[in-house]
Amino acid sequence: MAHAKASADPLADLIACPRCDAVQHVVEPQPGQRALCGRCDHVLIAPRKSAGKQIIAVAVSVLILAVSATSLPFLRISRAGLANASSILDAALAFSSSTLFTLLSLLLAGLIVFIPALRALLSIYVLWPLVRDRAPWPGAIGAFRLSEALRPWSMAEVFAIGCAVALIKVSDLARVEFGPAFWIFAFLVILVPVQDGLTCRQSVWRSLDRSLVHPGRKERRAARDAARAGTPDLPTGRTP
Amino acid sequence: MKSAREMGLVACTRCNRVWEPGIAHCGRCGHKLQSRNPLGLQKVWAWWVLGLICYIPANLDPMLITRTLVSRQDNTIIGGALELGRHGSWGIALVILAASVAIPVAKFSVIAALALGVRHGSRMSAERRQHLHEIVEYIGRWSMIDVFVVAILSSLVQLGAVVAIRPGQASLYFALSVIFTMFSAMAFDSRLIWDAEEGEVPDLAPLPAPSPKDPKEEPAG
Repeated sequence: MAHAKASADPLADLIACPRCDAVQHVVEPQPGQRALCGRCDHVLIAPRKSAGKQIIAVAVSVLILAVSATSLPFLRISRAGLANASSILDAALAFSSSTLFTLLSLLLAGLIVFIPALRALLSIYVLWPLVRDRAPWPGAIGAFRLSEALRPWSMAEVFAIGCAVALIKVSDLARVEFGPAFWIFAFLVILVPVQDGLTCRQSVWRSLDRSLVHPGRKERRAARDAARAGTPDLPTGRTP
Repeated sequence: MKSAREMGLVACTRCNRVWEPGIAHCGRCGHKLQSRNPLGLQKVWAWWVLGLICYIPANLDPMLITRTLVSRQDNTIIGGALELGRHGSWGIALVILAASVAIPVAKFSVIAALALGVRHGSRMSAERRQHLHEIVEYIGRWSMIDVFVVAILSSLVQLGAVVAIRPGQASLYFALSVIFTMFSAMAFDSRLIWDAEEGEVPDLAPLPAPSPKDPKEEPAG
């Protein structure tokens, strides 16, 4: 096909739908529009105008909110002269009474705070140079890959609904007061999905691809793989 | 519309780049390239079974142990929700029942149906089944609500002898069950649905070794 693209590989212009594997030629949509898979309607590309800057702004706020939400008191209850305040970390570490439960505690702390914060950090790391039209920082590809892999494990908003349920359960046991962290966390819960909604993975991958100028680990590995592919005794797609 | 596999190509599921077969890692994002994972369905079933095993004690053991001055109360998931309902909060009881009973049960059945459908064919259209898979992937995390509720309650409600709440065994099993079923849903490769749709027997063998011929023709649009 006659495509006057600078890219050496004719396959570089194709997109395979990750859901149904249909290979297609997708015209890059205008900002605000979406390109859907022709077979299964999965959203392939959804670029937004100056999304990079917006994502960075949101990610910075997520980071600040996450740090302050963890350290400040979250909820406080009182009954019959006794009171107890709890921070989000306290909630996450509530299970640390025995070893097995400690594992669960660490896991919960990760799901609620650390994974959302880490994803915000990774987004900033990946997007900052791209927004400023510089070459990506070393390891940006791995960073974005990790951020994408962690996406389903970021559960701040689920925790928020859990809070609502817990409050109603507690309200007939004792009096509940909201700490500052509660309101901070409420904002956090709104911002985390905003950050995800703004991110168009395809656009990020493409810009990471284009702007890679120095031969990095990626090229070396690709070259090694290509060399390997030439040898006939190696099977395609490693079967463990 | 042809799939990458039918064209003899391999697609990266992470960044959607298409490659000639025989390349082990995506040259753009470094993700492992595999036309189809031959062990994919086995993985789905392995996580599924683990999740189901954990789901049983999650429902039988107490989720929440409430001690007050005069009494000690052990609540299972369903028991706790019904208790809330008896106190008049039927809305919250429904949220808990939906998150801890309806969603997990629906998830187990949908994943099993999808995996069986790939092997034995299904009456449902591929679009419908793929939507189901997307819903299951999206909704899976919401089952964690009850675990979070227990975590908040047991860190917050510590008023000495007056009232104290401790997490029960079931919270651990339930969290594990949710995590295992999330892995199960992730292990399911929705591309298999479409392979079967195109009349191709779900042949999970790796693609044939690359031949040094010219690149395949690209379909337009």
